[in-house]
Amino acid sequence: MPAVQETIDQVRSIDVDQYKYGFETEVEMEKSPRGLSEDVIRFISAKKGEPEWMLQWRLDAYKRWLTMKEPAWARVSYDKVDYNDIYYYAAPKKNQAPKSLDEVDPEILKTYEKLGIPLREQEILAGVEPERRVAVDAVFDSVSVATTFKEELSKAGVIFMPISEAIREYPDLVRQYMGSVVPVTDNFFATLNSAVFTDGSFVYIPPGVRCPMELSTYFRINEKNTGQFERTLIIADKGSYVSYLEGCTAPKRDENQLHAAVVELVALDDAEIKYSTVQNWYPGDAEGRGGIYNFVTKRGDCRGKNSVITWTQVETGSAITWKYPSCILRGDGSRGEFYSIAVSNGMQQVDSGTKMIHLGKNTTSRIISKGIAAGKSENTYRGLVSAHRKATGARNFTNCDSLLIGNQCGAHTVPYIESKNATAVFEHEATTSKISEDQMFYCQQRGLSEEEATALIVNGFVKDVLQQLPMEFAVEAQKLISISLEGSVG
Amino acid sequence: MADVTLMKTPAETALAQAFESAKTLLPGNVESRSQAFELFTQRGLPHRRVEEFKYTDLRAVLRDIAPFASAPSADEAKAALQAAQALAGVEALQVPFVNGHFVRNAVDLGALPEGVEIVPLAEALASGHDWLARLSPVKWASENPVYQLNTSFMADGVMIRIAGTVDTPIHLRFVTAAASAVATATRILVLVEEGASVTLLETHESTDGANHQPNDVVEIIAGDRTNVQHVRVNAEGDKALALSTLALKVGGEALFNSINVVAGSATSRHQVFAVLAGENTNLRVNGATMLKGSQHGDSTLVVEHAAPYCESRELFKTVIDNEATGVFQGKIIVPHHAQKTDGRMMSAALLLEEGGSMNNKPELEIFADDVQCAHGATCGQLDEDLLFYLMARGLPKKEAESLLVQAFLGEAVEFVENEGAREALIGTVEGWLKARA
Repeated sequence: MPAVQETIDQVRSIDVDQYKYGFETEVEMEKSPRGLSEDVIRFISAKKGEPEWMLQWRLDAYKRWLTMKEPAWARVSYDKVDYNDIYYYAAPKKNQAPKSLDEVDPEILKTYEKLGIPLREQEILAGVEPERRVAVDAVFDSVSVATTFKEELSKAGVIFMPISEAIREYPDLVRQYMGSVVPVTDNFFATLNSAVFTDGSFVYIPPGVRCPMELSTYFRINEKNTGQFERTLIIADKGSYVSYLEGCTAPKRDENQLHAAVVELVALDDAEIKYSTVQNWYPGDAEGRGGIYNFVTKRGDCRGKNSVITWTQVETGSAITWKYPSCILRGDGSRGEFYSIAVSNGMQQVDSGTKMIHLGKNTTSRIISKGIAAGKSENTYRGLVSAHRKATGARNFTNCDSLLIGNQCGAHTVPYIESKNATAVFEHEATTSKISEDQMFYCQQRGLSEEEATALIVNGFVKDVLQQLPMEFAVEAQKLISISLEGSVG
Repeated sequence: MADVTLMKTPAETALAQAFESAKTLLPGNVESRSQAFELFTQRGLPHRRVEEFKYTDLRAVLRDIAPFASAPSADEAKAALQAAQALAGVEALQVPFVNGHFVRNAVDLGALPEGVEIVPLAEALASGHDWLARLSPVKWASENPVYQLNTSFMADGVMIRIAGTVDTPIHLRFVTAAASAVATATRILVLVEEGASVTLLETHESTDGANHQPNDVVEIIAGDRTNVQHVRVNAEGDKALALSTLALKVGGEALFNSINVVAGSATSRHQVFAVLAGENTNLRVNGATMLKGSQHGDSTLVVEHAAPYCESRELFKTVIDNEATGVFQGKIIVPHHAQKTDGRMMSAALLLEEGGSMNNKPELEIFADDVQCAHGATCGQLDEDLLFYLMARGLPKKEAESLLVQAFLGEAVEFVENEGAREALIGTVEGWLKARA
């Protein structure tokens, strides 16, 4: 298997505790005053040239946020975040709405090049087959710096742009859907995001359109002492289809940085949204210094009948992950899927899972979660499957497996399974184990070293999920997993 | 943000008043009771925002506190025991409690089977018996508000010591016979000495129509190489709010089997807190719960594998008819040093009719890497194909359903070793199904 060999080579070539994307880019930045207040929110809103209703929306969220308490139920422990010690807005100075890529700060372009994110359409068109093209929206700290393939997408009627632009250009669409899946008052971090979100992507797929290429956003936190608060809104109108990819990285720093995003998906009748994430924020060093706090609210609403939302995530980064991509299965016959690989090493803490809320008739959901804990990390799966009174014929299958590597880590599962309908059928299974000695013996007997054998078995363990990822992501994800586990064997 | 002190609910105020007036009248050390009550007061009655009580909101269910029952007269006790039914045919040493008080004259404490020693708790508390030091062996229980209430109010019970092989089962028989609602708090401590074996039967019955509030705690400390078979039946009256706790501490190379069968109560919550403290121990905790009407049945379980090489199996079956609600919360905890643990937990629920609900929360908390732990949870209705198969062979629908339900619950019951008790439990299941048809 070439992919596995590749993984092993990758593992070998990298030293322990090395985060590949830990470099910093020197760009002149413009920042809001430090801390959070109504003035800062007005500042952000003004920077974005937002209409009055948007500002009001933010201020209402801020007022509500002041009355809320940070949730403490997750199985993670961290030093309190001082919300008044963060810059809520940081943008590259030259970014006065660049007309073309040539106007974007070359330092930033270099950054994305280093990260392997293609922003220049030409190169892609020349190099890769047409069906593998990916449109990218690159977000650098608080602003979107470039969105590619805009023109080609608009020919198909697809709207793909930074959300700040969408608020100005398509206020009606944004107003109709924003906050309809994740209400402003949903939770502490979502409310904070509603008050201070700076950028993110907006996608609208018109009825009956199959989005001609993969859409992708690449998030990069660069500036010190900043938080990233992006907001993504994807609307798939009747009978449409879209596949969306999200990737993230950040420089290596001793301080903890906050990332509190909100992602809302809306699928109308017969529409399908596939949302894939490869999350690789800086996880902190071996002693647990630094790293990103990743507090994210992601939720999809299968609003129309027979709609489908699929979440696929590979979580390898962040010091702390607090993330539960969910599906509200409202439309009859709608389907929700969640495929997750969460790898934790070092001092990382992961508390992640999903919610499948069955409201409509004959709704189905499937959850496949694979947690791998190594080093001194804590890896928790927390999920909810519920069927409401009217969810006749609802069906769920859940499988969450955990793998422990070393005896200093912890793996936990906390599923909630609530059924209020007799015709709903829920099945849940979970296992925790270590890599079986038989399997190790089998591989080693055939000449693989301990590390190679581990990599092989781990890749087999997560195969179910990797298969769900789009091609180019699957390869990257596979590499990431082996990097994350580096140093955990022996 | 400032911490908000919540107003006490009327029930909490009533409990505080009841404790103030009862604490000096109850036997034994006031200090330890006050400590337990203080711990309870700090958090108050648990409600749905308290994780462990998410699905059983005691603050909502427990609105009026029934007066604590006083000891019955000899005639009252006799009449009550004659009426008691559950596991009545099983040959055993009867240790009866009426209205939460040990019926002293029903047992000849001087002529117990060999290896059995029984000390009435009220007397032991009053005189400061040595064994009292061994109460509360499990911290998971001590932190629990229901347990804390029992510690605050416990009025009577027994302490039993088992040495050697005891062939006669011991039947702890709890009957609440008062016509109007009463609350009871009984405590049983069973010390099973190294190498001993015993079968413990426990039945709980009360009069229909009264909102009785029994809260009983059974604590068992089983030493190395012991074999304990424990069978518990909840056949409480139709209005009862039954809270119960089983706290176990089991030594090495031991065998421990426990089953709780629920057929009664308006609301019941049975909590099991088990600590496997020695290596190579084998624990089985089963549950068979039958709910109908608007009943609410909660089975909560914490199993801590505190030593390596232990095996635990938990199997909970819940049948839900009408608009009843079933709850299962289970947690297996494996600390760093408990390598080679093998733990398996399964909860299966059958919803027979539209309107019922089931809440499952099977948790794993694992810190050791060389372990095998699994949990499963299912929830659904009877298999159409199986029903069709039976009906095609001439069985009426209800009968076919009964047969399938019986088989479903039978899986949990079949592990009961004592034949008489097993037959009686199957009889309980059949009785429940007959009442349904």
